[in-house]
Amino acid sequence: MVSPTRTPHPRERRIIFKNIDRPGWTNDIGCYLQDGGYEELKKAFTMKPEQIVNEVKASGLRGRGGAGFPCGMKWGFIKPGGTKPVYLICNADEAEPGTFKDRYIIHQDPHQLLEGMIISCFAVNARLAYIYIRGEFPLGAKILENAIAEAKEHGFVGKNILGSGFDLDIFVFRGAGAYICGEETGLIESIEGKRPYPRIKPPYFPAVLGLYMSPTIVNNVETLCNVKYIVKIGGAEYANIGRTNNTGTRILCVSGDVQKPGYYELEVGGITIGELIYDVCGGCKPGRKLKAVIPGGSSAKVLSATDRYTIKTKQADGATLESEIGLEDVRIDFDSLAAVGSMAGSGGIIVMDDSRDMVWALNNINEFYAHESCGQCTPCREGSLWMKKITERMLHGGATDQDTGTLLSVADNIAGRTICAFGEACSWPTQSFVAKFRDEFVATAGKTGNGQSGLLSPK
Amino acid sequence: MSAPTELLNVQIDGVWHQFPKGTRVIEACAQAGKFIPHYCYHPKLTSPGNCRMCLIEMGMPRIRPDRKPELGPDGKPIINWIPRPQISCAQDVAEGMGVRTDSKMVKDCRNGVMEFLLINHPLDCPICDQAGECHLQEYSVEFGTSGSRFLDEKVKKPKRVELGPRVTLDDERCILCSRCIRFMKEVAHDDVLGFVSRGSLTYLTAHPGKLLDSNYSLNTVDICPVGALTSTDFRFKMRVWFLKETKSICTSCGTGCNTVIGTRKNEIFRQTPRENNGVNSSWMCDYGRLNFHFVNSADRLKTPQIKENQDLVETNWAHALVKAGEELKNFQKDEVAVIASARMTNEELWMTKKLIDSIGTSHHDVVPRTGSADAILMSADRNPNTLGAQLLGVTMATPGAALSNIASGVKSGAIKAVVALGEDLTQIGLASVDLKKLASLIVVDILPNDTTRSATVLFPSSAFAEKRGSMINIKGRLQRLNRAIQPPGTARDDWEIIRDLNQQLSGANGIYLVEDVFKQIAEAIPDLLGFSLSKIGDQGVELVTENEEAPATV
Repeated sequence: MVSPTRTPHPRERRIIFKNIDRPGWTNDIGCYLQDGGYEELKKAFTMKPEQIVNEVKASGLRGRGGAGFPCGMKWGFIKPGGTKPVYLICNADEAEPGTFKDRYIIHQDPHQLLEGMIISCFAVNARLAYIYIRGEFPLGAKILENAIAEAKEHGFVGKNILGSGFDLDIFVFRGAGAYICGEETGLIESIEGKRPYPRIKPPYFPAVLGLYMSPTIVNNVETLCNVKYIVKIGGAEYANIGRTNNTGTRILCVSGDVQKPGYYELEVGGITIGELIYDVCGGCKPGRKLKAVIPGGSSAKVLSATDRYTIKTKQADGATLESEIGLEDVRIDFDSLAAVGSMAGSGGIIVMDDSRDMVWALNNINEFYAHESCGQCTPCREGSLWMKKITERMLHGGATDQDTGTLLSVADNIAGRTICAFGEACSWPTQSFVAKFRDEFVATAGKTGNGQSGLLSPK
Repeated sequence: MSAPTELLNVQIDGVWHQFPKGTRVIEACAQAGKFIPHYCYHPKLTSPGNCRMCLIEMGMPRIRPDRKPELGPDGKPIINWIPRPQISCAQDVAEGMGVRTDSKMVKDCRNGVMEFLLINHPLDCPICDQAGECHLQEYSVEFGTSGSRFLDEKVKKPKRVELGPRVTLDDERCILCSRCIRFMKEVAHDDVLGFVSRGSLTYLTAHPGKLLDSNYSLNTVDICPVGALTSTDFRFKMRVWFLKETKSICTSCGTGCNTVIGTRKNEIFRQTPRENNGVNSSWMCDYGRLNFHFVNSADRLKTPQIKENQDLVETNWAHALVKAGEELKNFQKDEVAVIASARMTNEELWMTKKLIDSIGTSHHDVVPRTGSADAILMSADRNPNTLGAQLLGVTMATPGAALSNIASGVKSGAIKAVVALGEDLTQIGLASVDLKKLASLIVVDILPNDTTRSATVLFPSSAFAEKRGSMINIKGRLQRLNRAIQPPGTARDDWEIIRDLNQQLSGANGIYLVEDVFKQIAEAIPDLLGFSLSKIGDQGVELVTENEEAPATV
């Protein structure tokens, strides 16, 4: 795969992407072993599983798939000594628009993922693991199959791994092309051979009633790779990377209106949006100004370049200092992006400059979610398509002056009322786009409207 | 006996109630008088939580550091309300749980879901069979709005889909609640329905190459909350609000599923199951459900007939009864046989036993009718009242055991007269030529057949939906039939015809009410002591009776 940035930017700290685009690097096990591969696995087998869980807890590692849930806490939900088998699933259904990090790990460094997985399986006592890879990654699936075969040949997967007495099988499971399969309970249903309808929670929390109604851990590709690194350097040392509660590195996938889009691995919170765009990505395109940023994949709320954000920072003396900052000064980490009303999400950073029509941009996102809504529960099924129909009409004629208000209230009627987080994923773009760029929506509707004010009769 | 169920304290709209552990929140609210609208939830099926109509506000007690709930000034737990609405159909009540069913958040949720469900719905209520019993209509009135904000093209989906021989689907009306899918999987054990496509374009269909042809397919029509699944037999026949509804039971097999018979202007339009957890849960089989068209048949016998010069001619009741009496008096007691039916009510069978005793014959029995049981509802015994026929002495331990003797007696000429009550004698091995040999053949029936055509006296009687009375199902449950329509022409209740025949023979005093017939039975039969027809009630009563074959519980 040809990469847009072959040499890491000096501000990057490459841990997970250490081998990506590395000269002379290949994805076969020989290359990986020569570079010290599977040493952390050997180290892990000298530890007790609960020790590994504790190291991961101490590391502060948060899930890299989108929700940012603490990985060690998730693992802690698996109660040792249960009678049911434990399953571990690697979520490689990387489908959030604007996100393209896991595929590079899979394509160029599959053994890093496998090593992280095997360690993680040992930690939670899973004897059977799946890599759920999206259907659109056929080559990735082949590479993983091949890597698993290699790992088996070398005794890293299979019976009595490295004489530890630990058995593990790993299977690649290919999706059939549905975004909802990235939702962990939808993914589980899919592996069970059913439509990937997300399950209601309660009662179907994966750690309790997951795959085949057994305790199941679902972790993102990047998260599992981090586990390997945590075993290498220890949880406490890992926690020193990044910022408190926002530890480690993140692979940021920058797309849109910058000079040098691509992936950049940076310490979490080690960079601001402005620094990322101007220092790392070469700034906006010539003659263009920054207009908006979607900081965590297309479902994250959009942030406007002209807005001011109030943030609170803890001082050395314990006092809280409130300050007002612009978009460019917002740190890219879980807590900072949440504090300004968006989220770090999947690490997909979509940059838009002043040439972008926000109605067009939202309609593009709405089209995606209308197409990907699984259709199981009412608000998301009906609302996602309705929102798309409204933005499409705003763009292509027939808008009314009620559309902006209706659009927002449709989104409000979805968020928080659905079975899974897709409800938020599809309504947050509309809520934020309309909130931040309302004038543009009203103006666009006025331009494309048929001159009538809400008099279009219902069909 | 198991230990008493623990009672849990739950606050609903500010009032504390107690519910047994294991009660669904939605059911608890209903019991507290707070009905929660719902589409996908059905108490007899698993809860997918997909319609989102039952969203409520929920909370749990605020817990102090010592892990005990913090109490408010009223001594009750202070509730921490969850900021997001929760579905009430998939969770059981918990100690100290709080529920709000009437807050602004809940109202907004219901309003939003109603709007979503209607934007792509065709709103073709004027021509929809579900109109009048449609949850979309009902909840629209209560939780919806009058106007529509939807200005765009609706989604187009398949219409008039023949899902199977008895069920027609309109996918545009479907709200994708999945009740039908779950019923077929969980109750009918024929996982033939499913959703295809995605998002708002999702639609219901049968598995490729398969049909919804289960004998339980029409239950999907009952539980469909909207007009998506319709009965091919019933659709476009009658607006449901015109139907008079009569509670009764199905008489197509020994299970005796509880039913509602829908009629208008003395015609049956449909039969639907009525919930009875001791019998049929909420379901019935398609065979039983549709087995009513014969009642509406144009061929129904309407007038008494007597044989004159080899031809049946119409006559009046008095004349026919006198003639039947005169005929029967001509024979020795064992020259007469009485073939009754296990499809008769207890009251009819009681009168039959009296007639048998008046004649004094030992030749009597009922005609067994068997098929295979299906492990769901259908019983191998296709007669609805075999236990009644045994209890009242019309047949013995093995129903039908006397029939071959009677048939050979007719053939040999030893039996010269037969009283056939609701049974065609060709079913017991007698041909028309054999029946022609009989000096007297008194027939009570509702439709013409070889036996009625050979009758010397023929009395038109009533079908199951035209009479009152009781039956005992295969599990020993005493249940009640009710009259939904009047019999055609001058046809009468069977028990009255048999009473009148018996009067001709014995001169016994008349009895005029079916209630009194039951009273006589209850006084004579120890198993029924203390019962009356009204005491049986709509749900029936379990008798302590031997019970050999019981259908599987649903």
